[in-house]
Amino acid sequence: MTLLRVVGLTKKFGPHAVLRGIDLDVQPGERLAILGASGSGKSTLLRCLNFMEMPDSGTVMLDDKVVGRRESELVRVRQRIGMVFQQFNLFPHMTAIGNVMEGLRTVRRFPKAEARARAGKELARVGLADKAETYPAHLSGGQKQRVAIARALAMDPELLLFDEPTSALDPELVGEVLNVIRALAEEGRTMLLVTHELGFAYHVATRVIFLADGTIHEQGTPDEVLKHPTKERTRAFLARHKEFSL
Amino acid sequence: MRWDFASVFTNTDALLVGAIGTLHIFVICLVLGLSLGLVVGLGRYARTPWFRWPATAFVEFFRNTPVLVQILWFYFALPMLLPFEISPLAAASLGISLNSAAFSAEIYRGGIQSIEPGQWDGARALGMSWGQAMRRIILPQALKRMTPALTNRAIEIFKMSTLASAVAYVELLQQGKLIASLNYNPIEAYTTVAVIFFVFLWPMVQFTYLLERRLRRSE
Repeated sequence: MTLLRVVGLTKKFGPHAVLRGIDLDVQPGERLAILGASGSGKSTLLRCLNFMEMPDSGTVMLDDKVVGRRESELVRVRQRIGMVFQQFNLFPHMTAIGNVMEGLRTVRRFPKAEARARAGKELARVGLADKAETYPAHLSGGQKQRVAIARALAMDPELLLFDEPTSALDPELVGEVLNVIRALAEEGRTMLLVTHELGFAYHVATRVIFLADGTIHEQGTPDEVLKHPTKERTRAFLARHKEFSL
Repeated sequence: MRWDFASVFTNTDALLVGAIGTLHIFVICLVLGLSLGLVVGLGRYARTPWFRWPATAFVEFFRNTPVLVQILWFYFALPMLLPFEISPLAAASLGISLNSAAFSAEIYRGGIQSIEPGQWDGARALGMSWGQAMRRIILPQALKRMTPALTNRAIEIFKMSTLASAVAYVELLQQGKLIASLNYNPIEAYTTVAVIFFVFLWPMVQFTYLLERRLRRSE
């Protein structure tokens, strides 16, 4: 069974076509790294998958069922898809554990004690059990992102979307977040990851997708796309990224 | 000139009745004005024109016409259109509440719009409905930012209650007028009324400062 199937997805912002027909199948357990220059539509693609942005045309299927456009249906679909943002988007008026509990309490209607126990477990998983009562304002960027990951995990998502999860972090904090994502990968979770960390993509992804001009320009195994790209634009993109690496 | 505060103080029972009247209409208008303001403010923010247009018309009408005229209109004109009499309290409460709703609607709208779009993203990604996101994530943060403006609104409502005297509702200014006409000491009577207002309002404002500090704990 295909977990996620995307057919002919398009999205315009005003006159600007960001996505021009994306077709994509994701099997359970796959880990897709989505690469591309800025403006290539990576984030928009991710945001269309859980309908944070409404696609203009095309279909998204979850477990072979087409997702409709009624808000009640979209809300249910978002409950099955976890999302982690570049800017964390933690709720600043709640403690770390409050953030992780929120979806369980408000959406899943867990009793308080149960939600707290579950949230505590997720915080421990990302190594932040001791920060449960801390407000986001007193956490480092890396800690904030780990809380955000715990918040997404608490909902038992079938699919995880990571939208440049380390791009807003100071370089020395990137590692702690990537380690958490790597551990999730080792558990066999299905995930789509928009990233600029090519090395991480190479080691963790099962498939790499290179977006250009709102279409899938090239895709394949990490080895194929990152080591032996066949398309000129993929090569140029990789070359620019390697320019400053040692 | 000789000051005559003594005859004001011989009428403390009248002032007490007035103070109760003021507090009574204040609480009604505060609750009605601020809660209706939230509804109208959300309407101003709504995507469907069916909510947005009436909300906008409401705000523009009640914000740009004098409250005193609204109160007089509710008291004298509304009974001509409706088959029942309207009490001074009801007329004044309607005028002040609707006017406050129009002003506070703009405070709510501004407060809600000041919350980063990322907060909506975070809430919606968890599978929250619009209402859940508004109630749990957006409003608590917006209310915190709006506290100073809403405090201003509350003070304004408290003082606007004096306009109810125009339809002979018994509140502090009305009682001050009464005392002044009995003793021919308007300066002293109205000064006393002003002092009583200050005595009520000042601690109230101190309380909201305390509230603001408590709300800021998470920062």
